[in-house]
Amino acid sequence: MPGQLCGLTTGVVRVTIVEGVTVIATESLSKRFPRVTALDRLSVDVGPGVTGLVGANGAGKSTLIKILLGLSPASEGRAEVLGLDVATKGADIRERVGYMPEHDCLPPDVSATEFVVHMARMSGLPPTAARERTADTLRHVGLYEERYRPIGGYSTGMKQRVKLAQALVHDPQLVFLDEPTNGLDPVGRDEMLGLIRRIHTDFGISVLVTSHLLGELERTCDHVVVIDGGKLLRSSSTTDFTQTTTTLAIEVTDSDEHPDGTRAVRETLHARGVEVADGSDGLPGAGHILLLTAQGEETYDLVRDVVADLGLGLVRMEQRRHHISEVFKNEEEQRKEAVGHGS
Amino acid sequence: MAVEHPPAAAPGDQTRIHNIGYRSYDGPRLGRSYATRSLYSQSLRGAYGLGRSIKSKVLPMLLFAVMCVPAAIMVAVAVATKAHALPVAYTRYAIIMQSVICLYVASQAPQSVSRDLRFKTVPLYFSRPIETADYVRAKYAALASAMFILTAAPLVVLYVGALLAKLDFADQTKGFAEGLVSVALLSLLFAGIGLVIASVTPRRGFGIAAVIAVLIVSYGAVSTLQAIAYNQGSTSAIPWIGLFSPVTLIDGVQSAFLGATPALPGGHGPSTGQGVVYVLLTLGLIAAAYGLLLRRYKKVGL
Repeated sequence: MPGQLCGLTTGVVRVTIVEGVTVIATESLSKRFPRVTALDRLSVDVGPGVTGLVGANGAGKSTLIKILLGLSPASEGRAEVLGLDVATKGADIRERVGYMPEHDCLPPDVSATEFVVHMARMSGLPPTAARERTADTLRHVGLYEERYRPIGGYSTGMKQRVKLAQALVHDPQLVFLDEPTNGLDPVGRDEMLGLIRRIHTDFGISVLVTSHLLGELERTCDHVVVIDGGKLLRSSSTTDFTQTTTTLAIEVTDSDEHPDGTRAVRETLHARGVEVADGSDGLPGAGHILLLTAQGEETYDLVRDVVADLGLGLVRMEQRRHHISEVFKNEEEQRKEAVGHGS
Repeated sequence: MAVEHPPAAAPGDQTRIHNIGYRSYDGPRLGRSYATRSLYSQSLRGAYGLGRSIKSKVLPMLLFAVMCVPAAIMVAVAVATKAHALPVAYTRYAIIMQSVICLYVASQAPQSVSRDLRFKTVPLYFSRPIETADYVRAKYAALASAMFILTAAPLVVLYVGALLAKLDFADQTKGFAEGLVSVALLSLLFAGIGLVIASVTPRRGFGIAAVIAVLIVSYGAVSTLQAIAYNQGSTSAIPWIGLFSPVTLIDGVQSAFLGATPALPGGHGPSTGQGVVYVLLTLGLIAAAYGLLLRRYKKVGL
């Protein structure tokens, strides 16, 4: 990075100032509609950095964002964003916060530049500053010559970038990104995730990003908050998360000594006290894949040593991406266990 | 997707822009009222297609020209023939040109609000410092201003022409002022009706058709009823019937208080008492339109 720095760079300084402060804090926050409870006594603290908000559809993610923007009153409890109470300081919060909605929100007959300039002015930036910031922001999200063309002709990826640009154009201290990778192909998804990471590391802006894919957020976020049915399921840093939930998939070769290498590894690991499951999820060749829960670094070492001692070849050892449903399943099992122990 | 990352400049190009990293913004943030004014000016410009595609400039500009050309011709005739009065009174002009005005509001009211609903831009506005009421005020004020420009411009042409033709200054100024008050009321009323109808539908076509139906069809129905009443000799009913269409409403207000000749069959304008009802109803409709818009956007939200 030092190669890119020059005298004009003034960003990033703020990161150190914000560090250690709570960006979002909610206290038994509830939102009840006549028929459903969207949020149920949610208490969570979010620090600076990139935070993932994970939940299935209808888990209450969008409702939470609405309340945090001061647009929808909470039925109960309180919430603060950047130290400002959402119930009374909504306008002040919205001046310092950016929002990228999940749905399409761009008029097709204007150019990206015109649209983002207008949105910058709607955030209170004077006309000249609005133009300068628009040019900067569009460049940062990766829109170049095409920014002068009407948005109607853009690809989904480009539209997502414009949506992101309008959320960043007024240099907020915090942005809410609602499902930013929705509708993107794998390459576009990776680029968007990289961009989200840069919003914090390069721009010094804290991020709250929602998704229903946990695996996607594991790579991008410092901290992950999981909600389900409006309740807080888990709030922990990403490293904790992966440590407790990482599943390793292992595949080994067979040798003359061990005609069924897979079985040999399973038995040896079992003898060493590691639970191993078959990866038999109905896929061809799946019988050769072993799944085990990684407790930390030592599990990787153990697998390596066991396979080497048996004289087998290790074809693959990879982290299995988790779908959010697995987390829910695990939580459910734990809850059942707790109940079982209690009775 | 592959072409999403065109190089910022061709290699070897000396005029390449260097990546100087992210720059934060420390300048002023002008807040809610500035944002509301920005939305107002953007919407006002949009009502004449400025800042939008060439295609969207055609209709408003054409209608503006259609509004002004007859005034210019009248002035030319008045100057050339050294007439002692303009062929048409200031207050009468907008009533004669009502179909043009209706077309304008029918085309531009949906343009102003239906687009935001249809492309779901409204949530973006409300994620910024402005509140629901600011959005409604900005949009209402912008369309009313655009309509005032449309209806007042030909009056200015007439007034300047009248002065060039050396008509009586005091007389003309009084008529011009009365005309301006009348078109201001008309702009507020029509903009309100147009926006309320357009804000209900994200489909522009429906919006246009509905506004035309309410403004032009109601006028047709009311004038037919008035003609029937006139033929049957029940002239006292004529002013009351006039309450039921926006055009005859404005006509009644200006006949009662702004020295206009009523455009009613037989020239049966409202009495002063009836005139008060006309004014109250007009102001009530404007307030109701504003109230309905506020209620409508409370629901749209995010």
